[in-house]
This record gives sequence, structure tokens and C-alpha cells, in this order.
Amino acid sequence: MSTSATNISACPACVAAPSAESIAAKRAERDAGIILSLPTAHCAVCISDVERTLNAMPGVKSARVNLTQKRVSVAAAPSVTADTLIEALKGAGFPAHELDPGLLSTTATDRAGRELLMRLGVAAFAMMNVMILSFAVWSGAEDATRDLFHWISAAITLPTLVFAGQPFFRSAWASLKARRLGMDVPISLALILAASISLYETMMGGEHAYFDAAVSLCFFLLAGRYLDYRSRAAARSAAEELAALEVPRATRIGENGEEIVPVADLAAGELVLVRPGARMPVDGVVTDGTSEIDRSLLTGETVPLYAGAGTVVSAGEVNLTGPLTLRVTAAGRDSSLHRMADLVAVAESAKTRYTSLADRMARLYSPSVHILALGAFLSWLLLTHDLRLAINIAAAVLIITCPCALALAVPAVVTSASGRLFRKGLLIKDGTALERLAEVDTVVFDKTGTLTLGAPTPLALDRQDPRDLSLVAALAGVSGHPLSRALDAALSGMAVAPATVTEAHEVPGYGVEARWQGQAVRLGRAEWVGGGESEETATWLRIGDAAPVAFRFTDSARPGAEEAIAALKAAGKRLILLSGDSEAPVARLAATLGLNEWQSHALPEDKAALIGALQGEGHKVLMVGDGLNDTAALASAHVSISPASALDAARVASDIVLLGQDMSPLPDALSVAVKARRRIKQNFALSLAYNMIAVPVALLGFATPLIAALAMSSSSITVSLNALRLR
Amino acid sequence: METLVYLIPISLFLGGVGLVAFIWALRSNQFDDPDGDGHRVLRDDWDDHPKP
Repeated sequence: MSTSATNISACPACVAAPSAESIAAKRAERDAGIILSLPTAHCAVCISDVERTLNAMPGVKSARVNLTQKRVSVAAAPSVTADTLIEALKGAGFPAHELDPGLLSTTATDRAGRELLMRLGVAAFAMMNVMILSFAVWSGAEDATRDLFHWISAAITLPTLVFAGQPFFRSAWASLKARRLGMDVPISLALILAASISLYETMMGGEHAYFDAAVSLCFFLLAGRYLDYRSRAAARSAAEELAALEVPRATRIGENGEEIVPVADLAAGELVLVRPGARMPVDGVVTDGTSEIDRSLLTGETVPLYAGAGTVVSAGEVNLTGPLTLRVTAAGRDSSLHRMADLVAVAESAKTRYTSLADRMARLYSPSVHILALGAFLSWLLLTHDLRLAINIAAAVLIITCPCALALAVPAVVTSASGRLFRKGLLIKDGTALERLAEVDTVVFDKTGTLTLGAPTPLALDRQDPRDLSLVAALAGVSGHPLSRALDAALSGMAVAPATVTEAHEVPGYGVEARWQGQAVRLGRAEWVGGGESEETATWLRIGDAAPVAFRFTDSARPGAEEAIAALKAAGKRLILLSGDSEAPVARLAATLGLNEWQSHALPEDKAALIGALQGEGHKVLMVGDGLNDTAALASAHVSISPASALDAARVASDIVLLGQDMSPLPDALSVAVKARRRIKQNFALSLAYNMIAVPVALLGFATPLIAALAMSSSSITVSLNALRLR
Repeated sequence: METLVYLIPISLFLGGVGLVAFIWALRSNQFDDPDGDGHRVLRDDWDDHPKP
């Protein structure tokens, strides 16, 4: 479902998102391997540890870590499941996620990138040899020697251009057919014109041949193209990897008992079993069982709700305590998760289309180059009536103005900036995201799951009666409910000895019940125990007929959230907390983190509207959110970030994904983005400066092949080095 | 100048060897995991005895 959602937004990640056919084809050829994502692997020891851990497991045939992609691929017997591997890796200290191997196009099948690299290699070989031959010509070779060297250069250059220049020729042809002048039209024209004029000059025994310029032009442009491709491929594999993170399966109760099926195969009316701790795969109505459900990803509410027969549930909610049987009302494309995509589409179309710096530059550049070259040709023809000279000068103008440095300026910066951010744990999904991030002045945060982890911690336990605590310790151990687990962990940390109780059992959907010293003891929901109202998440304890005691919880802040907010404040950004949760927990978190502006009870439409209003005032908004209720806001913001734990739809809608749990890389991302934009502008200025010097030289007819080669290589190299300073 | 008859083919041949080596490396997946390969040489797993 993420594939179709991505298609709506017009960004590289979506262009790159695999089509249904290609996914189907890849699924067919997939082997039995398991691929896991390893976001924290970074060193030689990590490789050894992960491979040793996995190889020691029974049934694993081989495991190989790919550190560049931070993945491990495992070949194993069918009995080995991804869950056992993930569990083992967690024990070794490496958090891992399962990836869907069918969705991932591995580098082995990455033919486009390899093809480009091959062309780059051939162009590099040809450039080196032609340059060596040219040294002789530049240093004064004459007559037969010069002609011989020109002929050898031609023999190397022409086949190279035919092979290595194909990407430019193809794209120029495509843009000409669409009646547009892209960057590739002047490039192709320069390549063809330079090669044919040089060939003609060589045949006539002329002095100037531009074979070296043509080949080095081709090489530098291919280098820019390859870098550009790499960052696009990273964006695409990011999109694929995120889509693959959620391997959607469901347990269907069919005629032959339970079976595990892909969510896509479910149809309305079928029965599905959802175990405690699992996420609802579909929209449905509960037919059997009682439990509590956590809706925080959809609405931002942190208080769990009761679910029993007849309760309507939506895909994405988490089942907490008891097994539930659902009758499917809507699956896959019809589910409420997917309907949210419509909201995203509306937000996307309302978003003003961002024109990247490179596009703005290219729009100015292409026509002016053609006009310059044509002008040079016409004026020299009129002045001297020498067709050969006029064509020579026009070709020199085209070669010298050719956008080597321009074509490298953006890809080189984006590659080194996103490489740096990737090492910090941020994945850039969209090529222009960095440029947009640099403009941000307002940051809007969601609460549940974004600034908090969605994991409750009990409040003020030391103020409770020790007898109550020991009872709670005894009861909480029985249940797998998140609140019970939090109490259990906190109490064992305080070394509270559990009281001796009998007949302890869980009542799914309500709580835990037991007998203690002849009295019934209950720990659970307010309605069941007889407790009062509470705005915050709370569980209640009642002993016999005594008045119930409340145990309140708060959501712990995500690690690094405090630092991130302090750093953003120091950078002078306006910060807003926007949550769908009720007032008390939002106010508490805002106070803890030092956020002055906050709003609770925000519906998804409210969030999108607030962001629209801010942007209407001319602010550039960064939205950080994870839930389904944030999706529209994420899509309508100037740029958006979501944590990797976010729902599929939210990750698809956002431009950047935070891979780790820690929030502290956020301010770094902003400063890197600002630096990257400054570098891009510097690079443009550098290459324009080169053109300002070189173009008059070419127009006046002083451009020799030596000058062309010098101008081209030095501008490209300066621009690349400038970009590399960002690492 | 006669030496050019030998030197140019030799230099082209050597360059060609480099190109073929590059294409071979590309075809045999040696550019799949540059980071990992850089780190793998530093491992001491098989220092004492060869990998079985």
C-alpha cells in the first residue's frame, strides 16, 4: 500500500518507488534468504559480532553483513524465522528490523548504477590516454607527429563518446522530442560538435583538435551524473527499505484452521485473529474476545481503550492484552490507513512546488549558452566570412561553457551531506529535502511516539503505601500489558518484594485479579475496579472493598529530545508542540522539555490547518511526527521528519527518516542543511566565475584546446573539493 | 621518434589492462560494500588460524 501512496507525491523517492510489475517480478526470483536492517552497525567488530552470532545459530547456513547499506543477509533453513534472528541480535546488542527481500532491489541487480560506473570507467581510461597524447601536442609537436597523435586520439575518443555519452544523447533526444531545452541538449551538442570538428581538423592536418576536451567533458559530466544517481538510489532504497520494514502478515481463521497470509490477500467478511502485542492488520469489528487497544499511533491518545465484541477497530491500532477475533470490514486499499493517503494527496497538491536551486540555475543556463554560441558563430561568420573558423569558435564556446562544474555542484554537495547525515542516523528520502530544511524557521512536534517513546513510566511510586506496592508487584507480573510491564520493571528496580497471592489471573480487557489474605484484589481499568476519572493514563488497585488507589503514568521523553529542543531554541527557531492527546500529559511534557507553545486535543485536520496557517504567514515549517494523525501535516509542511518507528503512511509522507531512537541528530541536520545550501551556492558562484573568465576568451577566438582542458578540469575539481569539505 | 611506435601501443595496452581489471572488479560485485570491505581487513577473527 505504501507503493501507491508514494506515487501521489512528486519526489525522487516516488519516482524511484518500484512499480507493481517490478515488485512482482522480484518476488518471483526471490530466494529463501532473510534480510535484516542493522541501523547501529558501524565497525569491524560489529561485522564480526553479527556474523558470529548469526552463524552460531542452528539452521543458519551463512550470514554476511553489508556495512554500506547497514544490512545483513542470511541464508538459512526454512525452520529459521526472522524473529529468532532478531532476538539473537538484540541479545548481542544490535537492534534489527526485518526487511522484505522481495521489495529490495539489491545492489547485485542494480544494473543502472553499474552501467553508469562502467561508462565512467571507460571515459576515465580514454581521458587519461588522450590527455597524455595531448601533452605532446601542447608542448609543440608538429606536422606528421601531431597528425599521428590526433589520429590516435580520434581512434580512442570516438568509440568512447559513442559508448560513454549515451546517457546524455538519450536524455537530450527525449527532451527535444518533448520540445524542451534541458541541460543535456547543450551537452550533447558540445560533445558532437567538438568530436566532428576535431575529426575534420585532423583530416585537414589542422592545428587544433578538441578530442581531449570532448573526452574530459564526458568524464566530468558522467561523474556528476553518477553522484546524482547514487543519491537518488539511496533515496529509492530508503523508500523501499521503509516499505519493507513492515512485513504485513495476518493470521486468518479459515476453514482449515489458522493460517498466516499476506494482508493483501484478505477480503472483507473474513475472520482474523490478532494476538496481544500485535497491530491490527485491517479495519474490522471485534466478534470474539476482550482486550484493551492502544490507538496512540492513530490519534495521539495515550490512554488505552477497552475493546470487546462489537468494538470497531482500525488498522494500525495495537492489541494489548487478550486475543481478539475480527471480522474484516476493509482490508488493504480500502482500510482507514489507506484512506489517509487521500488526505495526503490533498495536502501535497496544496503544497507549493519547490523549485530546486539546480533547476532554477538550469532554466537560466541552457538558453543563454545556445544564444552565446549562435551569436559567436554568426558574428565571426559575418566578420571574417570563414565558415571553418566560425564553427571552430562556436564549438569552443560550447565546450568552455559546458556545465561540468554546474553538473557537479549539486550532486557532489548532496552526496557528501547526506552521507554525513546517514552516519548520524538520518535518511534523506528526497533530493531537495536538504535545501528545504535549510530554510526552516519553525519546528512543529507531535507528542506521542515522536517526542515521547510511547512507553509509560509510573509516577510517584515512592509515595504509595508499601503494602499496595508489594501487591501491585505480585499482580503486575501476571500480565503482559504495557502498564503492568512498566510497573513490574519499576518495582523490581525499587526492590519491592511481591506479596504472596493466590489464583492470580488476567481478565483480558480489564486487568488482573487475585486473592490475598481472603480478600479479592484487583488491578486494572477504572470502570472495572471502581476508580474515578483520570485525564492521564492510570491503573487502579482495589483490596477487598476498600477505596481504590490510582497509579498514574507518564510517557517518558525520547532520548535526546531535551538536547534537541534546547539546541533548536538556541538556534532561534520557533517551537510548537501539537498533540492529539488530552491536556494534562501535553502540558506536563511541554513543561519538562521547556516548550512554551503547545496545543492539545488537535485533530488531524487541525494539525494540517495550523501548518497551513503558519506557512500562509510566510514561515517555513519543519514537521516532526509519527502517527497517522500527523500524515496530512507532514505532507503539507515545507519539510518533514518522522522516526523509523512511525507508521508506514507517515514515513512515506515525510522527507527525512530518523533511524535511531535518539532525537539529538535533529539540530545537526538543520545545521548541515544550512552548510550544504551555502556550499551549493558557493559552487554555483565558482563555476559562474570560471565561465565569466573563460567565455570572453572563447568568444574572442583565443580558446585553444589547452585552455579548454585547463578551465574544465580545474573548475570541476575545485567544485568537488569544495563539496567534500562538508564531510 | 621511432620509439613512439613501441611506446604508444605499450601505454595503451597498460591502460587497457587497467580498464579490464576495473570491469572485472565491477562484474564480480567488488563495489557492493566498499565500507564493509574497508573494515573487514581489520578483523582479527582468523588471525590465529585460517577460516575453515
